[in-house]
Amino acid sequence: MKPAPFEYYAPATMDEALALLAEHGYEAKALAGGQSLIPMMNFRLVQPSVLVDLNNIGGLAHITPGADGSLRIGALTRHNQVETSAVAEQYAPLIHFAMQKIAYPAVRTRGTFGGSLAHADPSAELPALCTALNGRFRLVSGRGERWVSADEFFISLFTTALEPDELLAEAEIPAMPPRSGWSLMETARRPHDFALMGVAAVVALDEQGRCADARIVFLSAGEKPMSAQKAAEALRGQSPSAEAIRAAAESAAANEIDPADDIHGTAKFRRHLANVLCRRALEQAFQRAAGKK
Amino acid sequence: MQTFQRSVTVNGERFERTVEPRLLLSDFLRHELGLTGTHVGCEHGICGACSVLFDGQPARSCLMFAAQAHEHEIVTVEGLGTIENLHPVQQAFREAHGLQCGFCTPGILTTVTAFLERNPNPDENEIREAISGNLCRCTGYQHIVDAVKLAAKKLQAQE
Repeated sequence: MKPAPFEYYAPATMDEALALLAEHGYEAKALAGGQSLIPMMNFRLVQPSVLVDLNNIGGLAHITPGADGSLRIGALTRHNQVETSAVAEQYAPLIHFAMQKIAYPAVRTRGTFGGSLAHADPSAELPALCTALNGRFRLVSGRGERWVSADEFFISLFTTALEPDELLAEAEIPAMPPRSGWSLMETARRPHDFALMGVAAVVALDEQGRCADARIVFLSAGEKPMSAQKAAEALRGQSPSAEAIRAAAESAAANEIDPADDIHGTAKFRRHLANVLCRRALEQAFQRAAGKK
Repeated sequence: MQTFQRSVTVNGERFERTVEPRLLLSDFLRHELGLTGTHVGCEHGICGACSVLFDGQPARSCLMFAAQAHEHEIVTVEGLGTIENLHPVQQAFREAHGLQCGFCTPGILTTVTAFLERNPNPDENEIREAISGNLCRCTGYQHIVDAVKLAAKKLQAQE
């Protein structure tokens, strides 16, 4: 199908873009890489009357390490820029690793980091990963700017904390503490298709080898990135034994996700996947944290 | 209705056209320029049949508006080679039976051409990864993978 008619603006500066968004409010949509928005427009699932194309605005595509070990990624940074960035690999290895799992090569040349976050598809990788990594986002508008944590940013299905006059300008991924490890596990029927279930685990060990911190966030498991806080909390202070990991995965999959029942898989099957993937992800993350590959 | 004057370089030739905002790049290539080698399959980025090279990189022409292509360079399957003088990738697909109905082929040829420029000597896993976003309903991919391997050899022999 073809998109419904709309007015198109391609401002050259952020100020102009923000003024257009402020003027048109809920009628307007920001266009970044378009790899999620344009399919929805082609199917007329969304029919914005105004499109504000951000692609001509300079300075929005960057991968910038901070002195504190954090990494900032500009909203218009294409997935394949992150995928091929040695800086991203060094500062945010989980994000870098995940890039190859996002859609297809010819989609990653256009799709953007900020676009994926603002789109807030609960089956996408980046919202779950930024949540697992305690990321935060800089939101700008004509009224000023504010930082919002990933935990607070994702509200529901395709719904975020962004006001209609705001744009997500960049994401900041904090440095992982010493003795940290990470993992991303997914199951999809076809390579690079939306995952039936996926989970990111980020853990840190204390000097005695006990779990100092754990974050477990599922994708394709509910209306937004589903953070298994109770299961993660139960791991803290414990030695990451096979038993503790098994218990955490079982409790996360049973109590802290809300997977859909659809033609691609039943909720029961997805819970089964969540349990198995979470166990494997925690095992791998703790192994990495202990310095074993 | 809003319209824009757009200047786009396609296969080395500059075209000036007036476009409305909602015109997809895929439809611009096919209907405005008559370049029907770019095929339209799913129109939501899954099938890969409409893939072209946008500033040298593979991209879905159905997921971009013609208005966005202003002052950019596009290569379609028509820009790779001619009937008399096939591009090495095209020649390899012909020799290795890398197509049956041919609907998916233009998108695969553009994608593979860019892939082999970046990775001239790929292994089979890398090849399968590179064409993961191009659906073929005829071949079962085996001959496509063979064709990409043959294309890599032909391109290396050329250098």
